[in-house]
Amino acid sequence: MSDITSQSLTSLVKNIKEKNLSSEEVTKAFVDRSEKSKELNSYITEDFSNAIDKSKKFDEKPNLDLKLPGVPMAVKDLFCTKDIRTTAGSKILENFVPTYESTVTQNIWNEGAILLGKLNCDEFAMGSSNETSFYGNVQNPIDKGLVPGGSSGGSAAAVSGQLTPITIGTDTGGSIRQPASFTGTVGLKPTYGSCSRYGIVAFASSLDQAGPMSQNVEDCALLQEVISTYDNKDSTSIDFKRGQYSKDLTKDIKGKKIGIPKEYRVEGMPKEIEELWKKGIEYAKDCGAEIIDISLPNTSYALPTYYIVAPAEASSNLARYDGVKYGFRAKGENLTDMYEKTRSEGFGAEVQRRIMIGTYVLSSGYYDAYYLKAQKVRKLIKNDFDEAYKKVDAILTPSTPSSAFKIGEKKNDPVSMYLNDIFTVPVNLAGLPAISIPAGLDATGYPLGLQIIGKAFQEQEILNLAYAMEDKISFKNKITDWWIK
Amino acid sequence: MSKDNSEYLIERYDNVYEVVIGLEVHAQVTSNSKLFSSSSTKFGAEPNTQVSLVDAAFPGMLPVINEYCVKQAIKTGIGLKAQINKRSVFDRKNYFYADLPQGYQISQFKYPIVGEGTVILDMPNGQKEVGIERLHLEQDAGKSIHDMDPQNTLVDLNRSGVALMEIVSKPDLRTPDEVSAYIKKLRSIMRYLGTCDGNMQEGSLRADVNVSVKLKDSKELGTRCEIKNVNSIKFMQMAIDYEANRQVDLIEEGKLIDQETRLFDTKKNETRSMRSKEDAHDYRYFPDPDLLPLEVTEEFIEKLKSDIPELPDDKKKRFIEEFKISAYEATILVSDIDTAKYFEEVVAKMGKNRDMKLAVNWITGELFAVLNNKNLEISKSPISAKNLAKLINLIKNGTISGKIAKTIFELMMDGDKDPLVIIEEKGLKQESDPKALEALIDKIINDNREKAIEYKNGKEKLFGFFVGQAMKVSGGKANPQLINEILKKKL
Repeated sequence: MSDITSQSLTSLVKNIKEKNLSSEEVTKAFVDRSEKSKELNSYITEDFSNAIDKSKKFDEKPNLDLKLPGVPMAVKDLFCTKDIRTTAGSKILENFVPTYESTVTQNIWNEGAILLGKLNCDEFAMGSSNETSFYGNVQNPIDKGLVPGGSSGGSAAAVSGQLTPITIGTDTGGSIRQPASFTGTVGLKPTYGSCSRYGIVAFASSLDQAGPMSQNVEDCALLQEVISTYDNKDSTSIDFKRGQYSKDLTKDIKGKKIGIPKEYRVEGMPKEIEELWKKGIEYAKDCGAEIIDISLPNTSYALPTYYIVAPAEASSNLARYDGVKYGFRAKGENLTDMYEKTRSEGFGAEVQRRIMIGTYVLSSGYYDAYYLKAQKVRKLIKNDFDEAYKKVDAILTPSTPSSAFKIGEKKNDPVSMYLNDIFTVPVNLAGLPAISIPAGLDATGYPLGLQIIGKAFQEQEILNLAYAMEDKISFKNKITDWWIK
Repeated sequence: MSKDNSEYLIERYDNVYEVVIGLEVHAQVTSNSKLFSSSSTKFGAEPNTQVSLVDAAFPGMLPVINEYCVKQAIKTGIGLKAQINKRSVFDRKNYFYADLPQGYQISQFKYPIVGEGTVILDMPNGQKEVGIERLHLEQDAGKSIHDMDPQNTLVDLNRSGVALMEIVSKPDLRTPDEVSAYIKKLRSIMRYLGTCDGNMQEGSLRADVNVSVKLKDSKELGTRCEIKNVNSIKFMQMAIDYEANRQVDLIEEGKLIDQETRLFDTKKNETRSMRSKEDAHDYRYFPDPDLLPLEVTEEFIEKLKSDIPELPDDKKKRFIEEFKISAYEATILVSDIDTAKYFEEVVAKMGKNRDMKLAVNWITGELFAVLNNKNLEISKSPISAKNLAKLINLIKNGTISGKIAKTIFELMMDGDKDPLVIIEEKGLKQESDPKALEALIDKIINDNREKAIEYKNGKEKLFGFFVGQAMKVSGGKANPQLINEILKKKL
């Protein structure tokens, strides 16, 4: 059955549509492989028997006109799923079962897909290694003891390890692209306002975006087509003309202008990243694109800006987890005592750290110096991109400053952990779309990714560029199934 | 303390203090659904039956602005002759409390939807203008119930997320009477506009009162205290009186006033400290990233302006000009929209030969007394405007006397009876036939000969006796004017 799980989404959809495979066969294959892959710890909540029931039901009356007919899929545990526990990787939501469905997952089920389960992630999506999850570390299928990245670590591991044909993650500062890069997979962070945030456990509202994580660009385009919809339940959802991303996918990128921002050559960047970037430039040229040097002068301020804006919003967004209405509650002498105990025991260290940072930067006396200033810098960063896009169609950068690191390696060094997001964070601050594609291996044989940043609402453009470059790169992920006994 | 209503001063030895008052009124927006969710806002429902996932702050739930509430706020702003801001921003006011599900209240801090405006008060010694600082939209919190369970505090989220308008006045008020007039005027304007029902018992209108004192001739304002938990005009006035005197006493003792939030204890009739400035919450306001700035166009505002009904100040002016009634009478009649409507209906039904004086007197006299006694709103008046107009016309055309009218009025209350029907049934029509009245008077004079002689000899007081007899014998139906005339002639 491994020939089923190693297939791309596009291929599975084709085989189901042509009745070469039934939904049940496909679902069982992924359930089976997921069962054998417990060591990866990709899942927080499994819904396997329901999934198989649903696949049987689908096969009884298959609607083959759908875009994801009877395709099983696991999703990041940040998406609220009706009647299925949703934890956001936190103890505080350990027993939380939503009575509602997020818009993004609803869109997926509407196209015929079947939920396999909920995938591990950093607690409230705060982390770059999946080590902040209350439900334990996730192993990177690339190698034992290696982090899958984060916060969508369980999602990246599940796609890379072929536990799900495709998945969705969320990206606040790089949480889709960085783990995609670490696991040799494709990850797209759409334009802010493209995918509805309704029903997604919020981390930082002005930055959060859901997006697909897949084995290849074609699959990514197909899922983006399904999840990107205007939603009046999210006031920041934008009503723009969405493309038929998979149908309009083309490798013809001749004459496209690709910018190379000099500020991304950061100090201390490993040589192999520099080389990967150079190689990427060559691939783009090979595809007929024109390379143009550009400047994004405020890049170095992006990370500090992000680590003010995101915690500020998070400190407020997470105030609702107070033990009063749902979720974990610790016993207390009085209301304040109950709050303190609930939140001290319910939240992990990284979440508490960010709540404290956020509370601090919003405090009277510090607001102007931190939050307000960060908002101004955020505007400057956006202006940088606007300026660059007068000259180029897209921007090419490495996805991360390094390949995947060992579990525990950076756990006690938050600043070095935060530096992981250095190339991805500016994109969230500017609300732009960006895709990470696997582009090479480091000396140890761990995958490395390249990031293509697009203009707002131009998902098609970066998908096309990625599609063309993917072809030239012809990256093959080395998955040894080391975790399967 | 000065007895004159127009001046409210506190005297201690040689020092005369003036009291400076500003109000923050929270007015519940009249709307079917909440500010950011579609839950009902109906008052008095079973606890926690009008709560959506958004109101209870479930994970991943997002606020979506209710356009109707925005319109209501703008209309109120127009009614306050205020600046309408085309761009306003919703902020989060962060604090923890059991009845605040989100852990923050969505409010408008830096950029409110309505800016500066004015309210005109009709005081006994003339008009007074009170400045409005701002009006902003915000969510109400839920309700914590501490006395239903011996061990636990219970929370009712029905009110959570209901739209409120916070209307902040400038520190322009100087007396408890002005505070009362201000609240009543705000309430009146909002009721005219249909933007807030102004019901203080149901909590639709609540206020925090800022009080400070200063030496009468000083320009510098004193340190203010904010008094919370004052939910009736009477309590507001009591709280101000207590608080102002407390502050003056402190100053006289050479002590400083702490800027603090105080609670008014209605049982002990005193204010006491709730939290000092040092303990004040740091609300960590910041723009709510779930909501875009609220932008309205000029056309949107103009459309709302064109829908604004005649407001109390304009109505008053028109009543004075059109109906030739006094400013005092007009003020009373326009103060409540339902009273004004009632009055205008009476005027309309009276027709061409209308008597304004009678109409005003009957409404503000007899009718108000009845409503007061029965504790009824004028909209629930037992006597309709149509039938009251009929009654007034019957007095005007001499069919009945004012005295009989009062009897009829009493009878009309039983099911809003038509006065003509009552007159018919009870035979209460006024006797205005001179011949019949002459016969009646002849008989009375005949029966009271001695008194008639005494009158003729100069005991003029006895005239009243004869009038009384005439009325008595006629069963009150005799036309008093004619009785007077005939008696004078005959005696």
